[in-house]
Amino acid sequence: MENIFQDKIDKEIRIEPKDWMPEKYRQTLIRQISQHAHSEIIGMLPEGNWITRAPSLKRKAILIAKVQDEAGHGLYLYSAAETLGISRDEMYDQLHTGKAKYSSIFNYPTLSWADMGVIGWLVDGAAIMNQVPLCRSSFGPYARAMVRVCKEESFHQRQGFEILYVLSKGTAAQRKMAQDAINRWWWPSIMMFGPKDDESPNSIQSMKWKIKRFSNDELRQKFIDVCAEQVKVLGFTLPDKDLKWNEERGHYDFGEINWDEFWQVIAGNGPCNKERLDARKKAWADGEWVRAAATAHAAKKSNKLKAA
Amino acid sequence: MSFSTIKHYYGDYGEAKNGAADISTNNQSKEEWPLWEIFIRSKQGLDHKHAGSLHAADAAMAIENARDVYTRRMEGVSIWAVESKYIHASNPVESGSLYDPANDKAYRHPTFYDLPEEVKYM
Ligand SMILES: [Fe+2]
Ligand SMILES: [Fe+2]
Ligand SMILES: [Fe+2]
Repeated sequence: MENIFQDKIDKEIRIEPKDWMPEKYRQTLIRQISQHAHSEIIGMLPEGNWITRAPSLKRKAILIAKVQDEAGHGLYLYSAAETLGISRDEMYDQLHTGKAKYSSIFNYPTLSWADMGVIGWLVDGAAIMNQVPLCRSSFGPYARAMVRVCKEESFHQRQGFEILYVLSKGTAAQRKMAQDAINRWWWPSIMMFGPKDDESPNSIQSMKWKIKRFSNDELRQKFIDVCAEQVKVLGFTLPDKDLKWNEERGHYDFGEINWDEFWQVIAGNGPCNKERLDARKKAWADGEWVRAAATAHAAKKSNKLKAA
Repeated sequence: MSFSTIKHYYGDYGEAKNGAADISTNNQSKEEWPLWEIFIRSKQGLDHKHAGSLHAADAAMAIENARDVYTRRMEGVSIWAVESKYIHASNPVESGSLYDPANDKAYRHPTFYDLPEEVKYM
């Protein structure tokens, strides 16, 4: 069975929910897809923080559309995970009890309007780097969800870069605000790719199963190379004194990442972990009566239908 | 040829087996809204195509949610919603015996027939 399964994967035949699959493959996917879904949902919070304070009606409309997209991404992904046999409520429960993780990046605060620009450029940019290869993930429902997600992400990144571009042409205070936002988000963004390859043991099996297509370090390097060029267009700098083009490698060299900070944030000790989870739990609790009312309404209607 | 009568939810692994070992899947609450499969016609004249699924309390809500989740960029002009439990699916284990018989019937395809060059428009 395992051999037939691996053979299908090697031949790039997609695995569909009802096909036989190793238990570990199912578990890995449930974990990865649900974490991804949680990240989209929690990811609405830092940006939602600025909807009421966007500097113009146009920016407000754009930000609302982007945050709504993220909700959609969460929903595509939750339903992809459900095809593997886990219920939606159980995934919510894992998120609310802290059993499930979400991307560490969303535990940082959004202090200024420029953060909306940087999140679009760097955070969505890093997400795209990660997600484009996932459109060819071996699991059909995940790959299909990712195709949908990726189509929508490109607007997210471009609107973010445009916010920064406008600020870069602005006053000294606006440029300072933008540079400050870049300084705060740069390192957390490159941490988004996860631990170094030699410290992520699950990666090898995931690559073999084509759940993952590129290693963390490969994607991180690609992202740094792209951003190091893009930041020049803005006339800003990335906060890494070791960032330097390496002719021999054909890549940018970069400084040491503070992995201690990364693990601290993952462990729940980031600046906003508690705030994010509390906001999420409150939204779920506050929505309780709405869910109950809708259920009652649906039951009443279907009873009427039967009686008639 | 035997057809399995087990009912599969879209994507369900099967009723006997419930998901990952260290991720129990028995906690589906009674209050959870049912799952719906959403089909979208992207353009007048085309078939409805499966877009994905979502939870909703009833059909009206399923269609409204489908509009928000699957057609934020004019991806559709018509939506079908079917409660997932009403979808019956063929069993992938039997796909061999189910589809193989068509494999050796090349004569069902127009390219099977060798016609002289002079014949046009056929
Ligand atoms: Fe994302
Ligand atoms: Fe997203
Ligand atoms: Fe996004």
